[in-house]
Amino acid sequence: MSQGTIIGPIEEKQLEPGEPRTRRFFLAAAGVAGFGYAAALAYPIYRYLASPNEMALAEAAVKEVTLKDAQKLPAGSVLMFKFGPRPAMLIHHANGQWIAMTAVCTHLGCTVQYEPGPDRIHCACHGGVYNAYTGANVSGPPPRPLQLFKVAVTPAAVEVSRV
Amino acid sequence: MITKTISTNVYDWVDERLGISGLAAFARKKTVPVHAQSFWYYWGGISLFLFLVQCFTGVLLLVYYRPGADAYESVRQITFVMKFGWLIRSAHSWSANLMMFSILVHMFSVFFMKAYRKPREFGWLSGMVLLGLASVFGFSGYLLPMDELSYFATKVGLQIPAAIPLIGPTVAALLRGGPDVTEFTVQRFFALHVVVLPALFVPLLGFHLWLVQKHGNAVPPSEELKPARERKSMPFMPNFLRKDLAMWIIALNILALLASVFPWQLGKAYDSLSPAPLGIHPEWYFMSPFEMLKLLGKVLPGESGEIAGLMLFTLGIALWILIPFYDPDKESGRRGRNAHYFGLLAVFALLATTVIGYWTIR
Repeated sequence: MSQGTIIGPIEEKQLEPGEPRTRRFFLAAAGVAGFGYAAALAYPIYRYLASPNEMALAEAAVKEVTLKDAQKLPAGSVLMFKFGPRPAMLIHHANGQWIAMTAVCTHLGCTVQYEPGPDRIHCACHGGVYNAYTGANVSGPPPRPLQLFKVAVTPAAVEVSRV
Repeated sequence: MITKTISTNVYDWVDERLGISGLAAFARKKTVPVHAQSFWYYWGGISLFLFLVQCFTGVLLLVYYRPGADAYESVRQITFVMKFGWLIRSAHSWSANLMMFSILVHMFSVFFMKAYRKPREFGWLSGMVLLGLASVFGFSGYLLPMDELSYFATKVGLQIPAAIPLIGPTVAALLRGGPDVTEFTVQRFFALHVVVLPALFVPLLGFHLWLVQKHGNAVPPSEELKPARERKSMPFMPNFLRKDLAMWIIALNILALLASVFPWQLGKAYDSLSPAPLGIHPEWYFMSPFEMLKLLGKVLPGESGEIAGLMLFTLGIALWILIPFYDPDKESGRRGRNAHYFGLLAVFALLATTVIGYWTIR
């Protein structure tokens, strides 16, 4: 369990020969061994508790999502979907344009919504507004734009991928 | 210089309100007897340490465990999906077994050192209740993974309360949450295991430990015979404490070794239609009582025999619990010797029935 107690040479002092050095060496070795022991206990516990985070990171590595039958989405409406672990949205604009972007507000992480009337993206938490075509933060507190995805519409599905 | 003044001031401020210097003085004065049987003094501390391990690993398991219909799936996830989940679960199961073992060693050492005698009766009685609660901890925890073994162990185990005359079937059905072991059972066993039992166990354990501080360690009769100046002792702080902590580290190392080299297994998910697996048997600490009931059932067949067996068994336990009142002090004379023989008989019966139990597993 514990790690080795071998440590490097320690500074020598010209005091009573042997005595203080042995004591120092022992204390240093005990400290290293104790630290190694504690680390050997803490490491599995950390990995255990961090497991969901690791799983989400693995999921976030996804490059492309295929949304089956999404090509039937009527113009002027939105489809919420998961890109990896996080919510994203596919917007079919009234002018026929297809846009996909993350749906996580860059301010404090709420999920945003598409409003077809004013044709904008709105975050209800603190009133952030984004452009529904570019993802640019237009007004309110959001510090950064929403990230766009690449969209490919096929006869059977809509493929969304990282830019 | 300044930091020293600050720390002294902080200490004084706290001390004035909490009186910790009195506790510190008590700790400095406390001593532990030293004699040939001193080794057995460590087993209470080891049991305490393993209980702390149970609390800690138990909370870690609680992070992912889901009771009810999802129970098996969540334990499968802990064991095979979460990083080191197998190790945490294995440590919890092994530590439970080691804790039962060290509690039993502690109990028998107390018994044979006659540490239950006046004024330590409450120590013995609270210890017996703690042992009872620890068994219920073991029994309820065994069901939580909801695999085949836990399903049948719970089914069979609940036959014991079911055999109590008149109220038995109702009690068993209440514990079970219905006529059969289902997800209702695992849900209420979960509540028992993580809320009700700790709420009972922890204060009682506090009482038990407070009594040890109040009365100090008992010495065995052979030491009591010696004149006071011939008895040896060591300071609790730091000598005994240091040895106690060394024992804890040894216990932790043994636990780590067992838990990682022999990981606790997870069986197949329970299925109320599948037959009991071959070789199924109770956990080792329940083996003896089960075998005793089985043997008594053979001597006294039939339903009345079953009840008589259960009553005989209960009587034996009652005698064991009440031993401080039969053998109250060092003037007990022959009663003291009888208690000693009763203890030897109990050890023999436990070991013999456990061996027979394992021998006759089909």
